Order: sequence, then structure tokens, then C-alpha cells
Amino acid sequence: MSARIGVVTFPGSLDDQDAARAVRIAGAEAVPLWHGDADLKGVDAVVLPGGFSYGDYLRCGAIARFAPVMQNVIDAARGGLPVLGICNGFQILCESHLLPGALIRNDVRKFVCRDQWLRVENANTVWTSDYTEGQEILIPLKNGEGGFVADDRTLDELEGQGRVVFRYLRDNPNGSYRDIAGITNERGNVVGLMPHPEHAVEQLTGPSLDGLGFFASVITQLVDA
Amino acid sequence: MTRNVDTVKDAETTPEVAQPFAELGLKPDEYSQIREHLGRRPTSSELAMYSVMWSEHCSYKSSKVHLRQFGEKVPSEAKDILLVGMGENAGVVDVGDGLAVTFKIESHNHPSYVEPYQGAATGIGGIVRDILTMGARPVAVMDPLRFGAADAPDTHRVLPGVVAGIGGYGNCLGLPNIGGEVVFDETYLGNPLVNALCVGVVPHDRIQLSAATGAGNHVILFGAKTGGDGIGGVSVLASETFDDEGPSKRPSVQVGDPFAEKVLIEACQELFEQQLVVGIQDLGGAGISCATSEMASNGDSGMHVWLDRVPLRDSTLAPEEILMSESQERMCAVVAPDKLDAFMAVCRKWDVEAVAIGEVNDSGRLTIEWHGAQIVDVPPKTVAHDGPVYERPFARPQWQDALQADAPTSLPRPTSGDELRAALLQLVASPNLASKAWVTDQYDRYVMGNTVLAQPEDSGIVRITDDGLGVAVSTDGNGRYGKLDPYAGAQLALAEAYRNVATTGAKPLAVTNCLNFGSPEDTDVMWQFAETTRGLADACLKLGVPVTGGNVSFYNQTGDTAILPTPVIGVLGVIDDVARRTPLAWDGDGDAIWLLGETSDEFGGSEWAHLQGHLGGLPPAVDLDRERQIAEIAVAASRDGLLTAAHDVSVGGLGVTLAEMALRSGKGARIFLPDDADPFISLFSESAGRIVFVVPRSEEVRFTDMCTARGVPATRIGVVDSSIEGLEVQDSFTAALDELRAASEGTFPSLFG
Repeated sequence: MSARIGVVTFPGSLDDQDAARAVRIAGAEAVPLWHGDADLKGVDAVVLPGGFSYGDYLRCGAIARFAPVMQNVIDAARGGLPVLGICNGFQILCESHLLPGALIRNDVRKFVCRDQWLRVENANTVWTSDYTEGQEILIPLKNGEGGFVADDRTLDELEGQGRVVFRYLRDNPNGSYRDIAGITNERGNVVGLMPHPEHAVEQLTGPSLDGLGFFASVITQLVDA
Repeated sequence: MTRNVDTVKDAETTPEVAQPFAELGLKPDEYSQIREHLGRRPTSSELAMYSVMWSEHCSYKSSKVHLRQFGEKVPSEAKDILLVGMGENAGVVDVGDGLAVTFKIESHNHPSYVEPYQGAATGIGGIVRDILTMGARPVAVMDPLRFGAADAPDTHRVLPGVVAGIGGYGNCLGLPNIGGEVVFDETYLGNPLVNALCVGVVPHDRIQLSAATGAGNHVILFGAKTGGDGIGGVSVLASETFDDEGPSKRPSVQVGDPFAEKVLIEACQELFEQQLVVGIQDLGGAGISCATSEMASNGDSGMHVWLDRVPLRDSTLAPEEILMSESQERMCAVVAPDKLDAFMAVCRKWDVEAVAIGEVNDSGRLTIEWHGAQIVDVPPKTVAHDGPVYERPFARPQWQDALQADAPTSLPRPTSGDELRAALLQLVASPNLASKAWVTDQYDRYVMGNTVLAQPEDSGIVRITDDGLGVAVSTDGNGRYGKLDPYAGAQLALAEAYRNVATTGAKPLAVTNCLNFGSPEDTDVMWQFAETTRGLADACLKLGVPVTGGNVSFYNQTGDTAILPTPVIGVLGVIDDVARRTPLAWDGDGDAIWLLGETSDEFGGSEWAHLQGHLGGLPPAVDLDRERQIAEIAVAASRDGLLTAAHDVSVGGLGVTLAEMALRSGKGARIFLPDDADPFISLFSESAGRIVFVVPRSEEVRFTDMCTARGVPATRIGVVDSSIEGLEVQDSFTAALDELRAASEGTFPSLFG
């Protein structure tokens, strides 16, 4: 039986269908989850996709955090359920305090859509085990509020514990502190990043196939478990 | 607050009341016509409705007589592919597999000048709702933009706001932005052109029409609440009837909320899937006035509306203002009583507010009441479809001959290798040809995961089925060519968009257009418009691509100075397998570079002449048979796998085409220009009907056979060679990739930060 990976749709989610497609291409079953329905339908992992949940009113991800489905996602994540937050999903994870720090408006004050090189800094999370440490991958980036910020103590802690999962290479696109593109929790089951791996899973539509590793990693972990 | 509502009864008993029709933009004879239709004076609400529905923007009163040609000169191909033609919100084209594609382009020029961010944002919102109204799922957008000179101070106010508005709204809707244009000319300074195109996909059996039929059916307004935005001129009426404490002026540019539109899109998809609507119409220009009168008119029915049921964002709005409000993100649907509960359930799921504001009936009248008082009682056709039609006088401008006689032949031309190299770098760096990444990197091109090609490719391509069926779209327009010869200019715009679609491997199918012009009351402008429509209709007939719809924007004029006559033409194509698309960037070392078509000394209206400050002469010659031939070759060679890359030759000439291919690929090439030709002409002439193809050695015989069979001249002009790291034009000059890149990519950041 293939792994079942839930993809949450909030009102204003945009990349939910894309994330589901990536899950299928990687060989798992994509299970649609609805923001207003607390039921996680017994999925083995959850993806919080990109977009503008609830219009990103108040702050990006601030309202989504309180969606009925999120209470169960938060509880399950604390219990070890693999959760990947992409872009708006990363923002929701920070607002939910599953991950530290916050995402603020890009320092260039503009929306940025481009193909971005990243370095994999941690290949031990459930979402990155198919990569090797130091590997450079090309993933589309597209956001207006992608600047990762945290206080120095938190940043030192993230670095010290190896919880910085991805760093921007060459040109930092949004002013993220210490070039941080993605981080994980202490247990390594929750990962959030601003770039969009679900847009790098087909040669025809993406700049590379480098995004497939996210979904392949979690599937491997679930099968092995 | 006290205010007296002007009722139908009042209108009957006080025929002598003076009404501010002139302030609302109505001519005296138009006002008389309204009184004739009604057999009495209109109420102030009726006057508001007629004034806005009979405006140039809504009624096409100056353009109608010319636009008829698109319905008269119809290519025979149309009957095979057009499921819905002109007149509906957007045309619908059959693309096979039980699927159809709907697409349309519209202008939001004037609002974008007043308030760039919101003007451009709501331009996207409006065109997306047009596509939604057809029952489709919108799948892509693109934005052809034109601004004043790149270094003019006002351009620095308008351009960044417009781009941010398109990104801010479109990105939040989750629609990939796959193309468009950014063009600069000083005539657009006070009249920037912000056009927006949207493409949608709809299964044949889900196509919706905007007709109100079935007595007893509900008329439902859903989406955002109605506010005081976009009321514009109608505030004349409101300020007359409001007391002193009421608001006197309201903003005339609408404010958009893309999140509201995103949930509206999703709610509508479910409504269509569950077949819950009889008819549907978006609310754009003229708001509720337009939606109710058009739907009743289209359905040959009657309709009664309780206007006080409309959910308001501002409770002080007068009924005239509610009728006129152009608040965004609203739709109107006709729903059978037995589907009402299911309809409301879908709206609740997406948190979309929905209210039954009216009912369809057989009266043949549109009647509207406000707290029990009848304020409108009109035959809906007189509002929506029987507006005034003008045969505006037009005449070939007196200056036209002198302009055409002033050919750029006397301008000093570069001859030495160094001069030619400098000319190439100058062209590559010019704002019209430089990299537009500064703009397009603010748009999401990835969302939906189906974008196969996006800017700067010749056309944008999105996949629409899992087995690889795709649609391609390109928009083009060249106002300078239009100014020199509007008939040819329109044909060249069509030819370029058609060529761009074919260059990427898609078969061109259908046309939409956005005709941007100065004042129709100016006989010069009206001649340009008449010539443009005639040229476009003739060319569509010849190329076998029917016009499915479009939009006219007049009054793009500051004082006596009109913009360049600018038809922006969108061409839609279909490609059976998107994996076969032809990209712009060459790749394989040793692949041969072929130029199809012929090059002559044609610099009238060219970018090179523009950089010398010159506009005169004649635009490039039009040869539509040749365009059709090279398009057929582009499509057939792509299908047969003979190509690794292709790029059309247009503004800036062959030199710029080759530079763009090299920059996109990061690999250089050796170019050998024909010995018997002037290298300046070879490199920079803008002769039409040309495409550069890149062909692997192994396919060259099949490729040249294909060209010979169609009688198209093909010239082998070079070889891809990554060892060169630049463009080496033999016996003339080498331009390194680094310096070409610096020229191309430096311009926008240095202009706009």
C-alpha cells in the first residue's frame, strides 16, 4: 500500500493541486484535506501548500493557524507526524509555533519569482533524507513575504542544532537572516521552506527535478517505518 | 439622513424637472431618445443606468459600425472551431477532447493612469471574471503594457505601480502570468495602456451564457458587498439628492480584493460542476445596471429587482449609486427555485455572500424597487442593446502623406564591424528590447504547475490535460507601424502574434483584440480606427483565424495628441503534445541556424530608427501568404521533431533575435551573413514573415525539403558553438555573451531600481 499524504486546502490556497500532483508523481496517494474539517483522514504525512490562505489578512498564516484542521495537524506534528510547509505553509508553521521565527516582507519590497539555487544543510529530516548534505538544488521561489527573521539566540540555536535545512546560494533573494531558506523542528519531522519543491518535479514545467526528493524522502521514511 | 427617491410615479407627474444628462455624458439627442423609449422623463436611477450603459465604454457606439466586419469577413475555419462567437463575454474555441478554450483581452487604461496599482489590479480581476462567466476555469493571464518614455518621471510613478498591481492581484488569484509586452513611447505618457488577457478552459457541456430565462427563477447577487467605489460620474446625481452631511465625492477607481475573487472562482467551479445556474454574468463596468439589463435583454424576458436587498459596504449609498457601483468581485446568477438551496450551500462552503435580489418574469420589463417604491421600469433591450450608434466622420489625416514620405533612408547607417556591434548592443539595451525580467519576476509563472513556456518565450504555453494537450497565447502590437499605416499596422500586429504562436509549435486558431486609440471625435483618429479594423478583418480572413471578441478603448488622448494607434492582438493556438513545444534557446553544439523568409531594406517604424529619434516612411511589407507558409513549417517541423529551437524575427531585426537566443541558452554561435547583402540590413531590418530555426545536422535535409516544398526561401546563417561565448558575426564583429547580458539585463534595474 502506498503512503497517503494529505494536502490541506485553505480558502486562498493556490499550490494545493500542484502539491498533490507532486505527491502522486513521487508515488504516493494525495489525500485532500479541507481547512474546515478537523479530520486528518488517517494520513501518514501532511503538506501545507503555498498560496494566500484567508487572503493573508492580518499576517501571512495568522488566520490559517486557527483553522479547525490545524488543531489536529499541530497535535499530530508534536507526536511525530511528518509535516511540510511550503511558502504560505511555512508561514503557517511559524504562526503555529511548530517552527521558530517569522517571515516578513522581502527586503527588495517586491514579489520575487525566480529559479533559486539552495544548499541542503541537513539531510537527516524526514523530508530531506534522499538528499546529501551540501547538495545544491534548483527550486522555484515565489513570494512577497519570504524574509526569514528570528532573534540571534534562536538563530544560534537553529544553527547549533543543525536545524537550518536549506540556505539560499549566491544571491539572497529576500533578506532572510543568515541566508536561511528552510528550517526544521528538533525532531526533524516538521520542515518549512519558502521555495516551492512541488514546482520542480517535471522536466516540462520546472527548472529541474530537484523537488522530487522531498516527497521521495518522506515516502522512504514511511515505508521503512 | 433624509433623501427623496425619484420614483417612476414622480417621473410621470413631473415631466418638466431639469435633469443633469450632460454632466453624465449624454448628448441632448440621446436624452430625447431615452424619453422617447420611456414615453416620459427617466427617473434619476433610470438616467444613471442609461448614461453608463450608453457610454462609449459599454455601448461601443462609435466603433460598432466598424467592428461588424469581424462578423462579416469570417474565415471558413470559424464554423469548425467557434462554439461561442462575438457578443458574449468571451469567445469560446473548440480544442478537441471535449474541451474548449475561452480567451479575451481588455483594457484598463484610464484607471491605471489615475491609480496605477488598483487600476492594473482590477483590470486583471475584470478579465478573469469575464472568462469565469463562460463557465470556464481561468488558467493563465498575460499583460500587454505600454508606457511613456522609460526615463520620464511619470513613467516612474505609473510603471512600478502597474506591475505591482498585476502581481499583487494575479499572484493571489493563483493564475500563472505567461507573457505580455512592455513597450515605451512618449505618446503613452499621459495615456498608459494597461491591457489584460485571460485564458480559461471549459468542457463543452459546461459552457454558460448570460441570459435570464425561466419565469420564477431567482436572480442572485453573490461575491463581495457593494460599496461606493467606481461610481465616477454618477456622483453628479448623488450629490444632488444627498443632504449636506452626505459624502459628496467618491473615488472613481475601484479597489480590488483578490482573495474575494479567488474564492469566487472556486465557488463558481462548483456551481458549474453541479449545474446549479441557468445563466450567469459578471459585474464589471456599470455594475448591477449592466448585469440586470443585459441578462434580461439576452433572455428576452423580464426581471424584477429589490434593490434594497443588495448587501452594502456603505449604508449611505443612494439607489443610483448602487446601480452604478463598480465594486469588484461580484457575480450575478439566475437560479431555478429547486436549485437554490444547493447554490447557497456552495456559497456558504466558500464563505461567499449570496442574496436573492430579484426574480425573472415574463413582463418584458426590467423593474427595480427601493423600499417599496418603483424607481426603474424600462424595456431592458433599450438599456443594454439598443443604444445609440454613430457613424463618426473620418478622413485620412493631412499629415499622413508627408509622414510616409519621410523614410529613414537618409539616417547615417553603421557600416564597420565596430559600428554594427555598437548598434546591436544599443538595441539590446533599449528599453523596448531589454530583458523584462524586472517586470516578469514580480509575476508568478509557476502556479498551477502547467506552465510549459512563459516570457520571454515567443508565446506562453500551458498544459490543459494530463495527456499533454496545450494552448499557446501571444499578444503583439506595434503602434509605430500603425501610425505609419494603420491598415498594415493591424495586419503586422496580427501576423506577429500568429507567427509567435506558430514559432513555439502551436497551430494558431483564433484572435482577440484590444483596440487602443485616441478620441473618436477626431477624424484623424477615426480614420486610423477604420483602417485598423479593416486591415485586421481582412488579415484574419486570409490567415483563417476568426476574431472571437475584444475590446475598444477610445479617448487615449492628451489635448490634441492621441496615442499611437495601437491594436493589441492576441492569438490563441493549440498544441497536441506540449512536450513537442519549440523553445527559444538553442542548445546542441553544431546545430544549424536557419533563417526563413526574405530580408529587405525596411526601417520605417523600426526600433533602430526610433533610437535615432525618427518615425517616418512605411512599415514593413505585409505578406500573409508567406506568414501562413512559415507558420505551417514551424508547426510541422515541431511535430516531426526537426527543431531544437526557434524564435521569430521582429522588432530590432535578426541581430536582436540571435542575441536573445544566445542569452536565453548561455551558448554562443557563429553567424555568417549572406555575402551579397548589406550586413546592416541583414542584422537590423524588421522585414516581416521571418523565423529563425535551429536544426540538428541530422534533420537538415528533411527540414530544407519541407521549406522547398512550400517555396519558402531558407538561408543557413550559422552554427551553435559554445566555445565562442558570444555572437561571432563573421568578417564583422564578435559580441561577448557577458556584454550582451549586461546590456540586456542592466536597463530595467538601472531605470526602475
